[in-house]
Amino acid sequence: MVNIGSLWQYLAAHSPLQSTLSSLSTTTMSGGALNLTQMGLAPYSLPPLPYAYDALEPHISAQIMELHHGKHHQAYVTNLNAALASHVSAVAAGDVAAQIALQQAIKFNGGGHINHSLFWKNLAPPGTEETNPAVAKELVSAIEKKWGSLESFKKAFSAALLAIQGSGWGWLVKEAGNGAGLRIVTTKDQDPVVGGDVPIFGVDMWEHAYYLQYLNGKAAYVENIWNVINWRTAEDRFVGRNEENVKTEL
Amino acid sequence: MASTLLRTAPALRGALRASGIRKPAVAMASTSFVRGKATLPDLPYDYGALEPYISGKIMELHHAKHHQTYVNGLNSALETIAEAESKGEFTKAASVAPLLNFHGGGHVNHSLFWENLAPANREGGGEPDGALKKAIDSDFGSFETFRKQMNTALAGIQGSGWAWLVKDKSAGTLGLVTRANQDPVTGPYVPLLGIDAWEHAYYLQYQNRKAEYFEAIWNVINWKTVAARFEKS
Repeated sequence: MVNIGSLWQYLAAHSPLQSTLSSLSTTTMSGGALNLTQMGLAPYSLPPLPYAYDALEPHISAQIMELHHGKHHQAYVTNLNAALASHVSAVAAGDVAAQIALQQAIKFNGGGHINHSLFWKNLAPPGTEETNPAVAKELVSAIEKKWGSLESFKKAFSAALLAIQGSGWGWLVKEAGNGAGLRIVTTKDQDPVVGGDVPIFGVDMWEHAYYLQYLNGKAAYVENIWNVINWRTAEDRFVGRNEENVKTEL
Repeated sequence: MASTLLRTAPALRGALRASGIRKPAVAMASTSFVRGKATLPDLPYDYGALEPYISGKIMELHHAKHHQTYVNGLNSALETIAEAESKGEFTKAASVAPLLNFHGGGHVNHSLFWENLAPANREGGGEPDGALKKAIDSDFGSFETFRKQMNTALAGIQGSGWAWLVKDKSAGTLGLVTRANQDPVTGPYVPLLGIDAWEHAYYLQYQNRKAEYFEAIWNVINWKTVAARFEKS
């Protein structure tokens, strides 16, 4: 089994795979497309939540969490694996047009998988030590340096979240490069933060993230999300510690 | 009278209903402006009238809260632009463009949407007939093919948005387009039928099962409205 993340190196190093895939793609003309496992590649899978579905109540209901994780995130994983399998077949078949046609599905579903995987870990049950900004000394210090105070930062971040038009995410990121600063960014739909910026924490502003509980009152969701932000994960990501919380390559 | 562009006072509305005068089924792109301000148009049916396909709670929130927010946002954007214009602050006026597009689009889209829905026991559901049916058959092959293509377009929207049956004014043909967020249908396209694929349009009833919503909504499509828009286009 091969991790998809190193797929391209793998393809280069194992040219027999190319011929295997080519022959497979011809033998399955009537039998449907191959999935990644049948190609000898490891598919992505839904990561378990690091807490129970009801652990974020009363700020995020168990019903929301169960649908969000068990259905929405699962759909991104399933569709990402399907798109990657089609992409591998298109590579094997030398079909560049088909590869290009799959880019958007890979971006959307791959982004959905990355974003949600980061999101679950940057949340924690209310009242726990993790939700106290005091556990994120270096990050909070950098925030105060940039925004004056944690409160001003929260205000700016909340305003950015509420200004998103349609579906998307708000992120606190550490900009690429040594000594680079913090920045608030928003991304549309499931576009992930890529290209060197390090996501510190993200907040999902899709309606499915809050609608069953907050309905059209998204400002209340944004206000309450601060009660469940995992500042320990945020600090880990900021200082580059604890690989499990930091990595965006799944 | 071109009454559909006016927001009737509640008393007048009551009188119209009592005297049995039905509102015109079609209010073309009723962007209801009174004294330059956009206002929330009345729904041409009760909140619960589209059940069981769209719940009363969804309709109430969608109309009274979401659409109202677009109306407010549009008026606010227009005011900001007018004020900036009066002071010659054109950079400021231009900076409001995204808000104008979003809230203005939201107002136009929802106004069109309410009109192209109707209770299943009244004008809702079924299939188009007459010239519209002919055009659909001619441009899509059949009504069923059109319906499937529309559902595929809706399912393919990544994030929030709308799918529309449109008439291309330059070519004279029908087609399908999708729009992100609240981007309105403009240019050579005349919107005939729009379906809202934002999660707030279905989530309370269908949750993540949006394909079920896209199937159900055909039971409450008002083809008379679509036909009237088609004939006028």
